[in-house]
Amino acid sequence: MTGPRMMSTPLSAETALSLKSGEAVLISGDIFTGRDAAHRKLDDCIREGRPLPFDIRGQVIYYVGPSPAPPGKVIGSAGPTTSGRMDPFTPALLDLGLKGMIGKGTRSEAVVQSMVRNGAVYFGAVGGAAALIARSIIQADTVAWPELGPEAVFRLTVKDFPAIVVIDAFGNDLYRTEPPKYRRESRR
Amino acid sequence: MREIDVSFVSTAVKGLFLKANTSIGQDVYNALVTALEKIEESPVGRRVLEQIIKNHDAARATGMPICQDTGMAVVFADIGQDVHFTGGDLVQAVNSGVEQAYSEGFFRRSLVRDPLFDRTNTGTNTPAVIHTRIVRGERVHILITPKGFGSENMSAVKFLTPAQGPEGVRDFIMDTVKAAGPNPCPPTIIGVGVGGTMELAAIMAKRGTLYTVGRRNPDAKYGALELEILEAVNNTGIGPGGLGGRVTCLDVHIDFAPGHIAGTPVAVNICCHAARHAEITL
Ligand code: SF4
Repeated sequence: MTGPRMMSTPLSAETALSLKSGEAVLISGDIFTGRDAAHRKLDDCIREGRPLPFDIRGQVIYYVGPSPAPPGKVIGSAGPTTSGRMDPFTPALLDLGLKGMIGKGTRSEAVVQSMVRNGAVYFGAVGGAAALIARSIIQADTVAWPELGPEAVFRLTVKDFPAIVVIDAFGNDLYRTEPPKYRRESRR
Repeated sequence: MREIDVSFVSTAVKGLFLKANTSIGQDVYNALVTALEKIEESPVGRRVLEQIIKNHDAARATGMPICQDTGMAVVFADIGQDVHFTGGDLVQAVNSGVEQAYSEGFFRRSLVRDPLFDRTNTGTNTPAVIHTRIVRGERVHILITPKGFGSENMSAVKFLTPAQGPEGVRDFIMDTVKAAGPNPCPPTIIGVGVGGTMELAAIMAKRGTLYTVGRRNPDAKYGALELEILEAVNNTGIGPGGLGGRVTCLDVHIDFAPGHIAGTPVAVNICCHAARHAEITL
């Protein structure tokens, strides 16, 4: 594997289509946080025909609920949470122009199909690599629903956020393609 | 008889949680380095291991928590029967140590008051889950772990018939590991309790996740079963982060207890690569 590819947000359609599953990337620019509670609220906005609290087109959402920021730091430890819980809400966001997601764990068939249809990418961050990821976050601003505490939507300005393209815009999924390559028979 | 002031216990518990949440044990660290340098073949798997190791370095250097899920506080206290606690309530002292650590360390508090009807945060990351044992002597041994729930959620208990034997245990562990896939943040450490009753098997399994990597059960048959299952888990190909590879698990620890003639409970407790624990003897 060669060195990681540098990329910036927002994601253009061309960049999204050029990313290949298995590629390591370093992401710089602004990304938005959102986990369970924020996704329910985003979904309420969509169903009630209200605008989302930020323009989602070309953006990347990071599934995270960080630990509290110690004095002098912009954020606490900030590793990914399990993406699957956001699956029911994701296709609608992709249809509105969301281009990328960062999390850990598998995605549903419906999400993968919507990603292919909309040319979007799913990045994996390493679960538990929370102190390392925090180092790449240089600013954190609340965008919506501060009452949700760590589950609020924040705009994070990141520099060289380490991630891996897990599912690309063509539906190639590392969780499906990789484990069989390393499977071996066990003696019994 | 020896008197121990409970404030001494509070201070010890606080120190243990501050340490465990920010600095991984050297045994786990070394196992990760060996996995990266000598074992892992998958390029993506290697990338994941590299980040896990760099993360441990970053946490140690900055005092930031290894993972933002700083877990549920679990405390094993082995209390010498000749110890007399003074100065207050022991359980309160343990909880106050946990509370202080989570506040001073800027750790995430992840407990709700009532899982079903009142999901408000307790605000302190307490109460801790406390397992006490009365042992000989006049010392107190405290072993703690902040248990993350990505991996706790993937754990399981099952009752085997006595006829199912070691094969049955192995099959149940493998089913649990395969169902867990990437969710428990592999590479994992797997604790297994066999025998006793349901709760005894579960407590043995939790303790098993805290043994030093490389430790073998002193009973040779169980030691061999641990290695056999470790190999089988690593042969699943699940790999670091579940993204494929040869390193899915760093170690398997099985403990057993005498069991009833009619049934064999087996508990499988999975711990993620952030296998955080610390201990002290007072
Ligand atoms: S399973 Fe462990 S490493 Fe993964 S997010 Fe939870 S606590 Fe962190």
